[in-house]
Amino acid sequence: MNFNLTEDQELIRKTAQEICQEEFAPKANEVDEKGEFPIENIQKLAQYDLMGIPVSEEYGGLGYDFVTWSVVGEEISIACTTTGAIFGANMLCIYPLMLFGNDDQKEKYLTPLAKGEKIGAFAITEPNAGSDVGSIRTDAVKDGDSYILNGTKVFITNAGEADIYVILAKTNKERGARGISAFIVEKGTPGFTFGKNENKMAFKALPNRELIFEDCKIPAENLLYKDGRGFRVAMQTLDVGRIGMGIGAVGLAKAALKEAIKYAKSRIQFEKPIASFQAIQFMLADMATEIEAARLLILKAAFLKDRGQKFEDIAAMGKLYASEVAMRVVNKAVQIHGGYGYSKEYPVERYFREAKLFEIVEGTSEIQRSVIANYVLK
Amino acid sequence: MDIIVCIKQVPDTTEVKIDRKTNTLIREGIPNVINPFDKNAVEEALRLREKYGGKVIVISMGPPHAQEALRETIAMGADEAILLSDKAFAGADTLATSYTLAMAIKKLGSFDLVICGKQAIDGDTAQVGPELGEMLDISQVAYVCKISIEDGKAIVERVIEDGYELMEVTLPFLMTVTKEINEPRHASLRGVLKAKKKEIPIWGVKELGINEDKVGLNGSATQVIKIFSPPPREGTRMIEGTIEEMIQELVGNLKKRKVI
Repeated sequence: MNFNLTEDQELIRKTAQEICQEEFAPKANEVDEKGEFPIENIQKLAQYDLMGIPVSEEYGGLGYDFVTWSVVGEEISIACTTTGAIFGANMLCIYPLMLFGNDDQKEKYLTPLAKGEKIGAFAITEPNAGSDVGSIRTDAVKDGDSYILNGTKVFITNAGEADIYVILAKTNKERGARGISAFIVEKGTPGFTFGKNENKMAFKALPNRELIFEDCKIPAENLLYKDGRGFRVAMQTLDVGRIGMGIGAVGLAKAALKEAIKYAKSRIQFEKPIASFQAIQFMLADMATEIEAARLLILKAAFLKDRGQKFEDIAAMGKLYASEVAMRVVNKAVQIHGGYGYSKEYPVERYFREAKLFEIVEGTSEIQRSVIANYVLK
Repeated sequence: MDIIVCIKQVPDTTEVKIDRKTNTLIREGIPNVINPFDKNAVEEALRLREKYGGKVIVISMGPPHAQEALRETIAMGADEAILLSDKAFAGADTLATSYTLAMAIKKLGSFDLVICGKQAIDGDTAQVGPELGEMLDISQVAYVCKISIEDGKAIVERVIEDGYELMEVTLPFLMTVTKEINEPRHASLRGVLKAKKKEIPIWGVKELGINEDKVGLNGSATQVIKIFSPPPREGTRMIEGTIEEMIQELVGNLKKRKVI
């Protein structure tokens, strides 16, 4: 057992922390208020080599592991939750290309993503297919050297801003999950447009838009992995996505705890800082304890993944636990702030709205429990 | 375009606290950082290299731990770094420091530009840059906030008390830079990983082949006898009331004390 990061991992984390705290943290509230995609932050992530951490150097990445990627994601989310979410969603496009892309696809699509020259997105969800991935209706019909795509995706993170999309479509309607294939689609392809952006409770600067495919013709070589094996691409991508969402939730919870501690130490009531009252202390103690536990679960999943061991169950536990911890932590953080916590003057108001996302995206808490139960009952 | 940048490692003054009993700085446990103006110097060197090619060599005189500051400049993108460190260098004033730096630069050979920060935030003398220019016998421009280079000549803008001064300087020359000149970059992940492995040579009296009498305390024209902070002033009194009342009381008091 060793809970320490390696020297290099710690060096990378510390460097990322300095960058994020100086460049992103001061503007995080403004990003939320303006509701505009923080492109400058993403350019900074690229400039400082944060976008392709687990991608091999051959394809423009840093050649490190998912533990490193996770602790960097945590630092980004502590500083700016929106930037952290974009960073996480980007990996959902990078990872399937890493895992399933052929050499040409990696050269053409993975390299610019790893260098941060391009942004990626990953699309499964449709109006009538969320948790039930097998029921997607977007279809891809083979036509000579091409596939013709038709259908609509919804809630797609980074949509419109991303240049490269990995999407799931049916190549065989009769075969359910086994009739699904994954494709790479470039922004600007004729027949591929973007629909409305969801007007969400929080994360207004994070685009969640429709992808609309109307007789969209893509080259047959953009089939990712094998025809009919897209379900596997999706499931394996989501396994890593859970590490990303989990660490994002941990980052958000840590940011909320930091604010709560700062406020509890400075707010004077009954002639004492409220941090001296046991009622507040116990809340802070619970917050810190749960965050630590959630973080360890996520990092264990990343650690197992890096060692090539089974990590999928732990990743689901980590995503489930971290997102629910984030909700409990932001609830207490607002409570500690009292009336000020309900005001936009303090960032905990934003954290409170943002935390809910993590219990829903990339597999709801209920789906995570089903996944975990499947492993437990095996 | 070969550029030499001189930097100093200084205590992070934003972290420094004052011991109220002895009125001195508490230095223990205070992290060391690159002098902020020197970071601007490094950044400008990197930008000029990106524009005109060449290489950036960073040098620093200081104790062995100043290697960390140099390593940070490698992480930012500098090509080479050299630490000038020797027990004989201890206690150097600005004269001995600039002599040591000048000898190191002469050992390095040819260069097009030397950049220093305008001053260090610990000593605040702003002397090392100009002295170094004299010792290297090259032109020098202090407080530069903008530079462009064309045909072996530089057009620089320097900050003066009541505005800006535009000058043309022939290369090679030395400039000291202000904060306005740029916004220093962070180190990238690739940069820090590369810097970690980078060998930073240490040059002492022997490597520089210089006379011990001209460096450190021996080579210093000035000596610090004592450092002290002025005692805090006491007896401040706030005057309150309406403007008329306050004026009346203030003028009355000043007259009573025969100030006016």
